[in-house]
Amino acid sequence: MSYINKGSKDTRSGFGEGLTELGRSNPEIVALCADLTGSLKMGDFSKENPERFFQTGIAEANMIGIAAGLATGGKIPYTGTFANFSTGRVYDQIRQSVAYSNKNVKICASHAGLTLGEDGATHQILEDIGLMKMLPGMTVINTCDFNQTKLATIEISKVSGPVYLRFGRPKVPNFTDENGIFKIGRGILLREGSDLTIVATGHLVWEALEASIELSKSGISCEIINIHTIKPLDEEIILKSVSKTGCLVSAEEHSIYGGLGESISRTLVLNNPVPQEFIGTKDTFGESGTPAELIKKYGLDKDSIIKASKKVLERKN
Amino acid sequence: MKVNSITLLLPKMNEDLNKFVYQVRRDILRMVHGVNSGHPGGSLGCVEFFTILYKKILRSESNFKDMFILSNGHISPVYYSVLARTGHFELSELNTFRKINSRLQGHPTNHDGLPGVNVSTGSLGQGISVGIGIALSKKLNNDDSLVYVLTGDGELQEGQNWEAFMFASAKKVDNIIVTIDYNGQQIDGSTKNVLDIGSLDKKLKSFGWEVLEVNNGNSLDEVYEILNSAKNKTKKGKPIAIIMNTVMGNGVDFMMYTHNWHGIAPNDEQLEIALSQNPETLGDY
Repeated sequence: MSYINKGSKDTRSGFGEGLTELGRSNPEIVALCADLTGSLKMGDFSKENPERFFQTGIAEANMIGIAAGLATGGKIPYTGTFANFSTGRVYDQIRQSVAYSNKNVKICASHAGLTLGEDGATHQILEDIGLMKMLPGMTVINTCDFNQTKLATIEISKVSGPVYLRFGRPKVPNFTDENGIFKIGRGILLREGSDLTIVATGHLVWEALEASIELSKSGISCEIINIHTIKPLDEEIILKSVSKTGCLVSAEEHSIYGGLGESISRTLVLNNPVPQEFIGTKDTFGESGTPAELIKKYGLDKDSIIKASKKVLERKN
Repeated sequence: MKVNSITLLLPKMNEDLNKFVYQVRRDILRMVHGVNSGHPGGSLGCVEFFTILYKKILRSESNFKDMFILSNGHISPVYYSVLARTGHFELSELNTFRKINSRLQGHPTNHDGLPGVNVSTGSLGQGISVGIGIALSKKLNNDDSLVYVLTGDGELQEGQNWEAFMFASAKKVDNIIVTIDYNGQQIDGSTKNVLDIGSLDKKLKSFGWEVLEVNNGNSLDEVYEILNSAKNKTKKGKPIAIIMNTVMGNGVDFMMYTHNWHGIAPNDEQLEIALSQNPETLGDY
């Protein structure tokens, strides 16, 4: 099955559209933003629902606390800011007031990973998946394109409990079905193959698809799985795939320490140890640059996935 | 001064509330002694506040439910005692305080379903924000009930409080009453020495809050009066703060006016002396 880019769009706009639709359909939805309404594409929601939109100013800790309070009062709050300020900056507030308190807060984070680009390392958080997945009871989602982000934004309103929804800044290929079904905790088999399994999340799903086209030209058959929900992880779809292929490459725009790859490793070691290679940033911060330059330099692009795939095949044989 | 002050601070309220206060003090002392850990000082300093809040102020009806958030979660002993003695859970559960398999954690949490606790607190400085969120939800729900928050004074050194103070006045959150337990002590010493909070009333006023002050926060009458006048000032466009002057360790002579009993439990002998100053009134748990 081939995937066509229906026109590149940013994932954050998928969030904005999803939120706007939710605002029209569910009166319990409220939204909070810490002075990044434009960046998070929350403008339409705030215009249509001024009484349900809370501008907190540049004060993320207070925003998370207020969201926990709104949830205590029965609302479904969506907080919006950059991933760095959504997680690392407010970890303790999320831990105590949201996660441990089991509040129905949706922490929505844009500009995740390296691909926010020119703003540089201070803003490029590569640790947020790890931070959030370690919190008991936290659902962690990283979407791959506009359509998937929109569907995820709507779907997370239907489950009770804290959710971390991670997306990005740049325009990326929009290739998933806009009328698709988004099931939290269920991976999506994008392409069947027999030689190796590539499990990718977020922006790297498209890179993985591109890599698989190149690899197929060399006679290598890749099975591609899109894991949008990192926690709870769809272990079944991964184990089923490696039982056929016998090796795996994980790909994420995140540090290899504590991200999707490590969750997969644990699953494999406990159930079916097979060779795995990791696409992700190493023990490093990012830097300024264009998204394309950055994912190339830090080894997250299509070519890096091809290289890792060949390496894992060698280890298998 | 020390011994006399107990007499001086004896509340003038009716007999039943007096009895309640003595019993809650006993609960606090016995709870922390029982596990040789916990925070008696701040707990004892807020007994009168909790007594008035839970016996006289908070309303709980189906469509009118005031809510309380304890931001300084370490004074959980007074919270648990008052919750139990106002029917939120069985009195005998106080025996489980800080023990394994208990809902009565060292710091309060709703995680295990303890009735009366709305949010987990303990890591300081988060309660006012949460209270504001609840207050906003009440406005959206056209619910006229109020949100009450208690914070410590040392706790105000946490920056998040000031984000919250700024927000509440700017956005006219006027259905919240934040009481600051102003005992001048924190774990490392007096707040003056650790990090002086300065003129708290001026700071809060300049942040746009309506500020009230109660001179003796260990007087049932004065606490009752101040909470009532605070209630009357709600829904007028401004959030309300009460600076409540209390004595840490109030009601036990050797625990008063010092930070030394912020976070340690009395030994057997000390417990006996402390309990002798607070006779059993409603029956120990």
